[in-house]
Amino acid sequence: MISKFIQNAGWPRIIIALFLLGLFIAAPFVGVRVDTSLANTLVRFGMNGVMVLAMIPMVQAGCGLNFGLPLGIIAGLLGATLSIEWNVEILARLVEFGGKYNLSWLNEAFVTNWREPLGFASAIIIAVPIAAVLGWFYGKLLNRVKGDEMMIATYVGFSSVSFMCIAWLLLPYKHPTMVWGYAGKGLRTTISVEGYWLHVLSDALAIDVNEHLRIPTGMLIFFAVMAILVWIFMRSKTGTAMTAVGSNPEFARASGVNVDKMRTISVMLSTVLGAIGIIVYEQSFGFIQLYMGPFYMALPAVASILLGGASVNKASILNVIVGTFLFQGILTMTPSVINSYLQTDMSEVIRLIVSNGMILYALTRKVRAGR
Amino acid sequence: MIRKLFDIIANNAVPAVFIIISAFAIPLSGYSASYLIQELLTRIGRNSFLILSLLIPIMAGMGLNFGMVLGAMAGQIGLLLVCDWGVVGIPGMVLACLIGTPIAIVLGLFCGGVLNRAKGREMVTSYILGFFINGVYQMVVLYFMGWIIPITNPAMLLSRGYGVRNAISLLGIRGVLDNLIPAVISGTTATQQFLSVNGNGAFIVCQLPFFEGYIRIPLATLIVIALFCLFIIWFRKTKLGQDMRAIGQSQAVADSAGIPVNRTRIIAIVISTVLACYGQIIYLQNMGTLNTYNSHDQTGMFSIAALLIGGASVSHASIANVFVGVILFHLMFIVAPVAGKNLVGDAQIGEYFRVFVSYGIIAISLVLHAWRRNREKEAARRSLRGNKGGN
Repeated sequence: MISKFIQNAGWPRIIIALFLLGLFIAAPFVGVRVDTSLANTLVRFGMNGVMVLAMIPMVQAGCGLNFGLPLGIIAGLLGATLSIEWNVEILARLVEFGGKYNLSWLNEAFVTNWREPLGFASAIIIAVPIAAVLGWFYGKLLNRVKGDEMMIATYVGFSSVSFMCIAWLLLPYKHPTMVWGYAGKGLRTTISVEGYWLHVLSDALAIDVNEHLRIPTGMLIFFAVMAILVWIFMRSKTGTAMTAVGSNPEFARASGVNVDKMRTISVMLSTVLGAIGIIVYEQSFGFIQLYMGPFYMALPAVASILLGGASVNKASILNVIVGTFLFQGILTMTPSVINSYLQTDMSEVIRLIVSNGMILYALTRKVRAGR
Repeated sequence: MIRKLFDIIANNAVPAVFIIISAFAIPLSGYSASYLIQELLTRIGRNSFLILSLLIPIMAGMGLNFGMVLGAMAGQIGLLLVCDWGVVGIPGMVLACLIGTPIAIVLGLFCGGVLNRAKGREMVTSYILGFFINGVYQMVVLYFMGWIIPITNPAMLLSRGYGVRNAISLLGIRGVLDNLIPAVISGTTATQQFLSVNGNGAFIVCQLPFFEGYIRIPLATLIVIALFCLFIIWFRKTKLGQDMRAIGQSQAVADSAGIPVNRTRIIAIVISTVLACYGQIIYLQNMGTLNTYNSHDQTGMFSIAALLIGGASVSHASIANVFVGVILFHLMFIVAPVAGKNLVGDAQIGEYFRVFVSYGIIAISLVLHAWRRNREKEAARRSLRGNKGGN
């Protein structure tokens, strides 16, 4: 029974879970409050959850781990920056729209009251079509390079990030809080979302258990809704066909499934989720990080889902939840607990070893299983 | 016929595009010819060895060895220790190599073992392995050095008493190989000036009447690189080299021919890692400073980008690709920021452009390779079917 559980969960996962448990137990003895740590873990779980969720469609459709997540993140960044650039205009248009179609509730007062959520929604609404278009091209590309998706995805991510570095400098953004003050052009490296949609999800319905533990209910609900949507989609006709393509492309083709189309849809979905994920991340973090910011963002997301028990070609929502919680838990706990114990900051090194060790484990595992 | 033409273009498109970019960017930058040649020669000396270390795994069909950063890290550990012990000059370099070699061999064995478990996705695995070992490297250098591994020179350590500082000056071995055999090419007028500035007549001087200014040549480094090229040419002809090429063609066939596939693949990676270790030491003796936590980061990316720009692919690379690649890639490296500044008034754009090109070129080469391989697979399947159904 226990050995079966170990076999199902896999040794690395159990070791890391025990390690995390150990950290939580050790925390009070070194003067770290458990409730503060738990609150931080929950916040980071909500921040990163959707980006980890973005891994599921591509893994299920047999496209491998989405190392090209930065592409979706870029769409999200475009949505976020544009929502700030056009903030005033969008709100004015909404009022105009309300007047035109006699929607009495859609008036000045409503728009002013709901300014922040509307700004957040506009960021997502702008980002999603951009992500879908980018994802379509990205999917077409990956269809031509079957078998080498992961390496190419990595470099698609890298080159799109470095391309956007040039674009951030040249795009005609004008908003004074976003461009460099002295030149009047070129976006800053970090842009604050304060006054636009800072903490719209995190503070919505937030429950203050005590002064140290604040549960970001809104953000967790948002994650839950996204997770349920993905869950329903994966059980729809398209989702089932997608899983079939991932499990056995030849069999799927023989059953009349359009393999390339399913793969493209999965990549588009993954990119869109990445775009939404980064906007959720930013509203909690408080800043939009441009330029080299999104560069290595795929690795933590990939490591999280693998830590949760996914493999290169199989992933579920449960993997996402368990993995994100474990990974973010370790990221929150190691700096506070280990630092107060050893008086040094080993968190960065531990993060590097755990996340990349996890990816390595997953990459080398499938071959052994297939033997 | 058209497919053949397409193949020829696809095979040489990358170097051609770079020649065109350079042809536009060089006049824009406004650099003089002697400056450019001097810079290029320095960079050939600095980088070629590292890039050459990539050739052997490609020969063995293992793709681009992103794991070469493992070797680079081994070399850096050697250099750190040598720097601490105060061994200078050529003995210092040799000692650093001697320390680096066993570390590189161990890392190479580990890397080869891991890659054998991930056949078919060696590249992404070696890439992640680079990050993983980077974590271990940081742990050793940042926490163990000065604690478990004794470091006596306090100037190298962080103020807290253990862990190595981010920037280490390698003054003791700076340029020792480059200047071992001092040589210079100069114009007739510049010779006297050069010698009066640089003192004695120990330089090998080559005078060219039509030349302006002077160019220092890292002769010893170039000789080492030439010897290494000869080694690769010889190695290809040995039994081991032939085995590797057979494995690169087809693992199954090589296996049934009695070649120990896994063992040979590990040897290929070990050789590559050890050579990358030496390459990094040569690179750093030219640079003169060691960024403890960043120097190795870009080594892999830049070496691979240079090799691909030279016209190599994931499955095929020659010595010529290495040198064409170094010249074209670093020409762009030197010229792009200034050209970008002169063109749009912002040096940052040229800088970003350069980064974009490095990553973009790797992406495009990987795509072209995978695409071609899939097409070939499709064509093979079609020929098996007897080409009757037309599809």
